[in-house]
Amino acid sequence: MSIRDKVAIVGMGCTNFGEHWDKSAGDMLVEAAYEALGDAGLSPEDIQAYWLGTCASGWAGISLSEPLKTQYKPVTRVENFCATGTDAFRNACYAVASGAYDIAMAIGVEKLKDSGYSGLVITPPPGDGTAPNYSAPAAFSLLAPAYFKKYGLDPKTGKKVLARIAYKNHKNGALNPKAQFRKEIPMEKIINSPIVAAPLGVMDCSGVADGSAAAIIVRAEDAKKYNKDPIYVKALSVVCGPGHGAMHQDFDFTSIRETYHAGMDAYRQAGITNPRREISMAEVHDCFTPTELVIYEDLGFSERGQAWRDVLDGVFDLDGELPVNPDGGLKSFGHPIGASGLRMLYEMYLQLRGMAGPRQIDNPKLGLTHNLGGFPWEAVCSVCIVGKENS
Amino acid sequence: MVGITAFGAYIPFNRLERRRLAEAFGEPALPGEKAVANYDEDSVTMAVEAARDCLNGIKPADLEGIYFATTTPPYLEKQSSTTITAALDAPETARTADFTSTLRAGSTALLSAVDSVKAGAENVLVTAADCRPGAARGQFEQLFGDGAAAFVIGRENVLAEIEDSTTVAGDVLTQWRDTGDRYVRTWEERFVITRGYGPLVTKALSALAARLKITPAEVNKLVLYAPSPRYQAGTARSLGFRQHQIQDGLFDTVGLTGAAHAPLMLAAALEKAEPGDRLLMVTFGEGADAILMRVTENIKKFSPRRGVSGYLTSKKTTLSYQTYLRWKNMLNHEPPRRPDPERPSAPAMWRNAKKNLAFYGCRCTRCGTPQIPAQRICVHCQAKDETELYRFADINARIATYTIDYLTFSQDPPTVFSVIDFAGGGRLLCEMTDCEPDKVAIDTEVEMTFRCLYKAGGIHNYYWKARPKR
Repeated sequence: MSIRDKVAIVGMGCTNFGEHWDKSAGDMLVEAAYEALGDAGLSPEDIQAYWLGTCASGWAGISLSEPLKTQYKPVTRVENFCATGTDAFRNACYAVASGAYDIAMAIGVEKLKDSGYSGLVITPPPGDGTAPNYSAPAAFSLLAPAYFKKYGLDPKTGKKVLARIAYKNHKNGALNPKAQFRKEIPMEKIINSPIVAAPLGVMDCSGVADGSAAAIIVRAEDAKKYNKDPIYVKALSVVCGPGHGAMHQDFDFTSIRETYHAGMDAYRQAGITNPRREISMAEVHDCFTPTELVIYEDLGFSERGQAWRDVLDGVFDLDGELPVNPDGGLKSFGHPIGASGLRMLYEMYLQLRGMAGPRQIDNPKLGLTHNLGGFPWEAVCSVCIVGKENS
Repeated sequence: MVGITAFGAYIPFNRLERRRLAEAFGEPALPGEKAVANYDEDSVTMAVEAARDCLNGIKPADLEGIYFATTTPPYLEKQSSTTITAALDAPETARTADFTSTLRAGSTALLSAVDSVKAGAENVLVTAADCRPGAARGQFEQLFGDGAAAFVIGRENVLAEIEDSTTVAGDVLTQWRDTGDRYVRTWEERFVITRGYGPLVTKALSALAARLKITPAEVNKLVLYAPSPRYQAGTARSLGFRQHQIQDGLFDTVGLTGAAHAPLMLAAALEKAEPGDRLLMVTFGEGADAILMRVTENIKKFSPRRGVSGYLTSKKTTLSYQTYLRWKNMLNHEPPRRPDPERPSAPAMWRNAKKNLAFYGCRCTRCGTPQIPAQRICVHCQAKDETELYRFADINARIATYTIDYLTFSQDPPTVFSVIDFAGGGRLLCEMTDCEPDKVAIDTEVEMTFRCLYKAGGIHNYYWKARPKR
């Protein structure tokens, strides 16, 4: 069983990502939805059902139906941490594949800049208040000392490897008109940025931005009716972990198991056996630089213990063997949670159709997107693979 | 025979060198240093640590009473000895009582425990802890330190028999705090000494001497509380004691620890005591208690885990006055741009009390994997509901990985969080305390310590943190 080649994307929209002081979540939803509709040559009444991904910028489907004034249509609100946007997309795909609907929209949004806090803040449900109150960069920085120690990286080399990831993503983002940050950042500036969660500096962290992105999904066989150049879904995987890593000593904090399992599931669906060779490009969840480092190994892009060398060798650069985060990643776009997964798909949509401008990768066949929510030891992970051809 | 069957102490890791006060205000200061409770410590957490030091080989399950003495209880209304009981994993059926509002609370609790044992109880734990506030630039800021002591009173294996005691009450205003006062107030020192401390201590000792026909020369150590160093020796000598008989007042090393001060001195005296020694403890506060003890042969067989001497040498003296002010909530820092902590949920705290206070997790009876928090489904073999309680409080661990968080809400940034692996299995991601962030490393050995995570909505949220092994 697999979703492979059952559905296709025939239209996408993506707002600029950034500090949209002048726009509400609803304003951004309208912008992304109408851009996607225009792209597919459809009007609002053509969409039969909606899946809205938002982590904390609104409750219920009404958060979409009210600003869009959809006329009494089904809207499902999806929340699954940082995989929210991709999971909204996944559910819309399944609905279309099931035959329940002909045309569905997956749309994600997050309005982070209204909270006044630095970084992402989610209020947990009432509890006993004993859960350690680490910040998000602190949670992911736990990977760094463990990885450095296991593979014998001295702190200086370790910092350099991490900085090289941020450097690459900013370099790509500098070429992207929709990115929040569109500037190359020198290595030294990244390495010497103020520490937020040792050894991570502020430049090891993704930005904080508002944004929205949307995709219109139809059955694969109908795709060419709407778009001469659709892209096809090859795999959809979402994996939630048992929280094993914070309780069991056999987890060594140099890997995130949810990524590994979601990747393996997606490769099985798509029939991929050698991801490093078969995947043309990837958009992965670079919330913090060590996250991207271990993702390379968990997704099979690098051998265990080799990702840091591949980073320094430029394997994942835009002109490298396997470009990762060609659009600039979370690093350049910030991370409006509900929108990020769809923003990644948007880049795949552009690249596979040869519309990525100065970032265009030479003739890509398969693109992978990856989101990771939660923490290295207790995560939700989504992996999605899309392709140019319908086999 | 009724007496002390175990004793222990707790002195916080951090010390403020008094020269830092001199530097801050450009004025002379007393010599030495004082012990300072970390921002996450209070009288309850220190009492728990002292009790753990004391219960070295004694099972908490055998305690029939848990008494707590302090002038700095976290709550005006809500008992603290119940928290201490739960944290020590002592029985619910133990009698709990808080003794407070007077510097004499420590000896009052001790004497009440003696009465309880004489009335039939087997083992009663007495804890005394204090962290009294002195206003900036004042004499009390220089004098006061933080610390705790603990004793078990019982009938078996007595280390020091309680021979006799006297109590004199005297409603003299010497030092006080009303319910709205943040800092200790005092009347002028001449009055405090000549109409309060001096006469009341003398009266209590005279009554004891008259009853027992005992002379100062027959006492090996006088454990005498005094409101300041100069009056300890002066008063003792005026009563006929010689310098070598006076137990060190800990002024230069710990500071005056309020209701816990004489108990802490007594713990120190017991560490050095020989069989046959007679110890005389005298406390002061709206009156005076005098307690005479005779040390037994058993003293050779007992030692606390660390005791006063162990805790005195385990210390960090780099604490700055600015940090001290922040820990004591005497300086308003700009808060981080993060939400304030929500108050904890009382039902959730109640449901999880075994974990939060006694620090229990579980152990899977099918595969043997320890885990904390306790799980319904085993994290290793996924067996359902096949677990037994497993206590992690006294198991040391080593750091698997760590982070130094500059962003999170804290009264003492940066906050170190560590993933720690317990000897024998089990892992926890937890906050660290009493550590030097720069020195934290993978494989560092840590031990668990009972702390107050934060206060919100008037609720003091106690839990456990890891600290580098002291």
